[in-house]
Amino acid sequence: MVSAVELSAVSKEFVARDRRVLAIERIDLSVARNEFAAILGPSGCGKSTLLNMVAGFQRPTTGRILVDGAPVEGPDPRRGVVFQEAALFPWYTVLDNVTFGPKTRRMPAGQYRPKVAMLLELVGLRGFERYYPAELSGGMKQRVGIARVLVMEPEVLLMDEPFGSLDAQTRSVMQELLLSVWERQHQTVLFITHDIEEALLLADSVSVMTARPGRIKARIVVDLPRPRPFEVTTSPRFNELKRQVLALVREESLRAATRVEPGGSLE
Amino acid sequence: MTARRALWSLALPIALLALWYVAVRERWVTEGIIPPPAQVAASWYTWIFGSPTRSLSPYSGTWLANVVYSTRRVIEGFLLAAAFGIPLGILIGWNRLVARLVDPSIQLLRPVPITAWLPFAIAVFGIYDASALFLIGLGAFYPIVVNTTHGVRDTNLLLLRAARMLGAGPLTVLFKVVFRSTLPSIFTGLRLGIGVAWTAVIVAEMIAVKSGLGYVLWDAYYVGRMDICVATMFSVGLLGFLSDQVILRVSRLVLRWRTLEAHA
Repeated sequence: MVSAVELSAVSKEFVARDRRVLAIERIDLSVARNEFAAILGPSGCGKSTLLNMVAGFQRPTTGRILVDGAPVEGPDPRRGVVFQEAALFPWYTVLDNVTFGPKTRRMPAGQYRPKVAMLLELVGLRGFERYYPAELSGGMKQRVGIARVLVMEPEVLLMDEPFGSLDAQTRSVMQELLLSVWERQHQTVLFITHDIEEALLLADSVSVMTARPGRIKARIVVDLPRPRPFEVTTSPRFNELKRQVLALVREESLRAATRVEPGGSLE
Repeated sequence: MTARRALWSLALPIALLALWYVAVRERWVTEGIIPPPAQVAASWYTWIFGSPTRSLSPYSGTWLANVVYSTRRVIEGFLLAAAFGIPLGILIGWNRLVARLVDPSIQLLRPVPITAWLPFAIAVFGIYDASALFLIGLGAFYPIVVNTTHGVRDTNLLLLRAARMLGAGPLTVLFKVVFRSTLPSIFTGLRLGIGVAWTAVIVAEMIAVKSGLGYVLWDAYYVGRMDICVATMFSVGLLGFLSDQVILRVSRLVLRWRTLEAHA
C-alpha cells in the first residue's frame, strides 16, 4: 500500500550569511493513510521546515517527498496547512476566509455553502460569519484556520504547532475539537508540536526529532484506545508513554543546550 | 467633554490670531505690509461673494472660479499619479525584474524637486494646463509609487502561503492578497501625494498657467494686495485639509478591518 506521506532521505540546507546550515539531515518518514502522526522536537530542530517541505512551500535540498505516491511540486489544496498563527486574511470576514478556497477553485456556491455552514457549526463559529479576524480571540481564529482548510477536503492535513500560541485552557478545548473532527473524518494528519502531552493525546504515532540537524530519533506508537477523552491523559498507559517520550526529548534538549554552535560566539 | 476637547484644539489658532492682531496694531511689523486679520477677512469675503461697487475688480466674486480651477487640476493630476503610481508600485514590489528595470530610475529622479521641473514643463507643454498636470502628477506620483512598493514587499509571507495552499494562482494572490494587504500603504501614499499635489498646483499656477489660486497669489503680491495673498494661503490650507480628510474617510471605510477590536 502506498503511504499517504513518504519522505525518503530528505535533507534541507539553508545558506545564511555565507554560512551553510544543515536544518534537516536524511529524514525517512512514512505516514500511513488516515494516520494521525505527530512530529515532536525541541525548538529550532527543523520540524517546521519539514512541514513546509511537505506542504510544498520549500523544496528539499536532497531526497524525495511523495504524497499519495506523487512528488510534491508546490502548495496544493489537497494538502491543507494550519499555521501556528492562524494566518487568516485580515481584510476578509470569517465567512470570506472560509470560502476563499472554494471561490478560488470556482466551486459553485450551491456546492460549498452547505459544507461551510456545517463546518462553521462543527468548529463552533456559527453566528460569527460576519466578524473580521481582528474581532476574534486566538482560539477562534485558529478554528477559522481549521475550517478554511477542511472545506477543501484535503487528503492530508498539515498542522504546524497550531495551538502553540494559545493559552492552556483554550489549547485543551482546541485539542478536543480537533479530536472530534478527526474522529469523524479521519484525514491523514501530520502534526508538528513541541508539547509531549499534546502529541500523545492526539496522535497514533509520535516521531521524536533530534536537535539540529534534525533527524528522526525514534518513532513511538501511541496505542491508547480511541475515541480518546481528555481524561486519557491521567491513565497509567499515557504516563508510561509520556515517561518514554520525555526521556528521548530531554536527551535532545540537553544535547542542544550544551552544544556550541559552529561559528557562533559564547558571550 | 467634546466641548472641552474643541476648546483645546482651538486654543492655539486663537492665540496666533490674537498675536497677529496685536503685532499689526502695535506696529511690531512694518506698517502697510502685513494687513490686520479684519482686513483679510473683509477682502476674503468680497473675493468670495463679490461687491456691487467693485464688480470689475479681479478680487471681487472670483474666488470660487479660482478654487475650481486649482481643485480640478489637483484632482486630475492626482488621479493621473494614482493611475500610474499604484499599478507600477505593485509591479515593482512584486516582480524583481521590473524592480531592477524601473526602481533605480525612480530613485534617481525622485530627489529632483518639483520646482526644478518648471522650466522643462513649460518648454515641453507650454503655458497650458498640461504643464500644471505634468508637475502635479509627477509630484504626487513619487510618494504613491514608493509607498505602494513598500506595501507590496511587506506582504506577510504566511498569507501568501495560505493563499497558495488554498489553491490560489498568481493572479488571485496578487489581487486578493497582495493588493488587499498593500491598501494601507497605498492610502498613506495617496495622503502624501495629495499634499504634494497642492504644493505643485500653487507652484505651477504661479508660473506655468494664468488661472487658479497660485496665479491669484502671485498676481496679488505683484499689485501689493497682501490681504488677498493671505486669504489665498488660508484657502489653499483649507482645501488641502479637506482633500486629506476625504482620503482619510475613504481609507477608514475601506480599511475598516484594521480598526476593529476583539470582543470575543
